[in-house]
Formats: sequence, C-alpha cells, structure tokens
Amino acid sequence: MSSQTSLILIIISTALVNNVVLIQFLGICSFLGVSKQMKASLSLGCAVIFVITLSSAVASLLYTYVLVPLELTYLKTIVFILVIAALVQVVEMFIKKTSPAIYNALGIYLPLITTNCAVLGVALTNVQDGLNFIQSVTAGFGTAVGFTIAIVLLAGIRSRIDEEAIPKPFRGAPMVLLSAALMSIAFMGFSGIL
Amino acid sequence: MKPWAERIYNGVIRENPTLVLMLGMCPTLAVTTSAMNALGMGVSTMVVLIMSNLVISLVRKIIPDQVRLPAYIVIVASLVTVVELLMEAFVPVLYSALGIYIPLIVVNCIILGRAEAYASKNPPLMSAFDGLGMGLGFTAALVVIGALRELLGSGTVFGMDVTLNGVWEPVAIFVKAPGAFLILAFLVAIMNACHIKNRSDKLVEGGCDGHCAACGSPCPDKKEEAAK
Repeated sequence: MSSQTSLILIIISTALVNNVVLIQFLGICSFLGVSKQMKASLSLGCAVIFVITLSSAVASLLYTYVLVPLELTYLKTIVFILVIAALVQVVEMFIKKTSPAIYNALGIYLPLITTNCAVLGVALTNVQDGLNFIQSVTAGFGTAVGFTIAIVLLAGIRSRIDEEAIPKPFRGAPMVLLSAALMSIAFMGFSGIL
Repeated sequence: MKPWAERIYNGVIRENPTLVLMLGMCPTLAVTTSAMNALGMGVSTMVVLIMSNLVISLVRKIIPDQVRLPAYIVIVASLVTVVELLMEAFVPVLYSALGIYIPLIVVNCIILGRAEAYASKNPPLMSAFDGLGMGLGFTAALVVIGALRELLGSGTVFGMDVTLNGVWEPVAIFVKAPGAFLILAFLVAIMNACHIKNRSDKLVEGGCDGHCAACGSPCPDKKEEAAK
C-alpha cells in the first residue's frame, strides 16, 4: 500500500509540482520551438513520454549494475548521453520497421529528443536522488507527462494569441515567454498539494 | 576589423546565442537566480565551448561525416566531466548551487550548434575565438538576467544589499521560476524594439525549429534526405 502511494506521489510531484519545463526549466528549446501547433506538440509529447520512460529505465539499470560495481560513477554523464542517443536511434529504427503509422506521426520528433535536456536531466536527477528501478521509471514517466501537459497547454495558448493585436516588439518569442511565465505562476499553485 | 575580433563581436552582439538565437535556454532560465550563479554558469559553459570548438576543429578532418554528431557529443561530454570534477574540487559552493545544470552543459544547444556550424568547417584558432565570442555573449546575457532577477527578487546585486535599508521591498517572484520567463520576455522584447528601430524586420523567433543546424540535431527533412 505504502509503496503504491509513494509511486502516485512521485507522479504528482514530477508531473505537476516540479513540472519539468515550467519549474525546472528542462527541455525549454523544444517547448518554445515545437509548440506552434497543437498536433505537433501532442506528437512530440507522446514521443517524449516514450523515450524518457525507456531511458530512465535503461539509465537506472546501467547505473546500478554497471557503473556502481565498476566504480565509474563519475562517467555517468558520458554514458547516459550515449545511451540516450543510441536508444533514440534504435527506437526510431524499430518504429520505422514495425509500425509506419506511428513512425509518420512521431518519427520526425525523435531526433530532436536526443538534445532535449529533459531526458538527460531526468536520468541524472534519478541517480542523484537515489531512486530505485521502479521509482526511476515512475519518475521518468511522470516528468514526461508533465512535459506533455505543459507543451500542449502552451500550444493551445499560442493558437489564440497569434490572432491578437500584440505590440510589435512583443511578437514572437517574448509573447510566448510571457505566456510561459503566467503558466509557471499557475503551476506554482500545485506546490500546496504535497 | 581583425577576423578574431569579428568572431568575438559576432558572438557577443550580432549572433548573441541567448538573446538573438534563443539557444541554450535551459541554463539561462534555471541558474540565473543570482548574478554570481549566472557568472559561474556562463564561465564554465565558456570554458567547455572554447575547448570543444578547439578540439573538434583539430579532429574535423579525421571524423567521418556519418558519425560526427556522436563523436562531438563524446568530446563535449568528456570536457564537461572534466569541468564538473574541477568545480567540485575547487568551487564546491558554486558546484552545489548549480547542481544538475553542470552536467547538462552537454546538451546545451550552443555547444553542439557551434561545433556543427563553425568548428567543423574552420581552423582551430578561429574556432577557439568563435567559442570565446559565443561564450562571452552567453555569459553577458546570463549575468544581465541574473543581476536583474537578483536585484528585483532579493534586493541585492552580487550579494550586496541595494534596498537602501528597506526603502523598497524586493518582489520574491523574480527569483522563482516565473520571474525567469518574465525577465527574459522583456529583454527579448527590448532587443526586438532595437531591431525595429534599425528597420530590420528580423524578429527573434525562438526555439530550435528554425535553427535545426544551429541546434546540432539534424533537421527532419535533412534527415530524410540523408536516409535516401
């Protein structure tokens, strides 16, 4: 019972309270770049959920069973980034072979994810916090869901503000950043939950 | 202007990575809660950037084209690990303040972007100067943001109290997450206003979508071309 509650707590804490984009500022590049259209943001969100969950699982196993016994933990940054890059490649090839429909929907976003700092960030945070395998996977999943929520919400806001008469200097990036600021204030409200 | 000075001007003003190209946003927003943290982050990124540009430029003719991105990532990750260990040893306070954002220098778009856009095509010395220019531009932008947030949010600049013994009250939200977005939004808007004044229509667009090459990750359409 208690372990189940703690897993739910991890999901709420990673997805809402410590939202990866709006509170921890990871994955801002794709958050600002891909949020122009709702459909694209949703696809990217799904791809991110898939990759982050998988990569936190692999990174956790690798850290516990390879790096710690060999006393090579200081190499974690190099190992994790290589694993993530390789993983994204493998996932891409696998999806391309098995299901062209999903590939067409997600495929073009997968390479973007390699340089998404949220993926590496989650893997490193999990290790730093000393989470076990199941907790790491849960935290990865929760973080990615948080990313998807944020980017889809921002895409919704952007589709509205594009039609408004915004002062010229604020058009483009500044308006998006202002929207993100307001969203961030809203998400700070979640800190009362835990 | 001398070519090396031109690289530095380019990095600091014309193609300022943070305020013009909108690259490397994560550390820009995350660690700028104080001017000192911003300076620490800026300098450590600059060191990695100069070294990685230099190394990548030196080995640019040896690395086969197909595996160049993984090779760059390994080079950058090794350099970041070195910087991380040095910081842990010599500036432990800064190390714990910056936390996870030090290893995340690896995925800073600016570094892979410069490797791909400049260092892979130019001689070592010029690449190092390009790294220096970009690094200085990044550091300058970070320190400006950090100082503003610290001033408005905690009433201090570089740790010195400037509230004039409590004449005005700092607004804590500026050192919290939303403040980062707010300050950056206004800075970019100011940059935009300058561009409009100079009759340049180029507004800062932001994100990696328009700058796939700059971001280091292959463009979706380019990738498809490469697959053919």
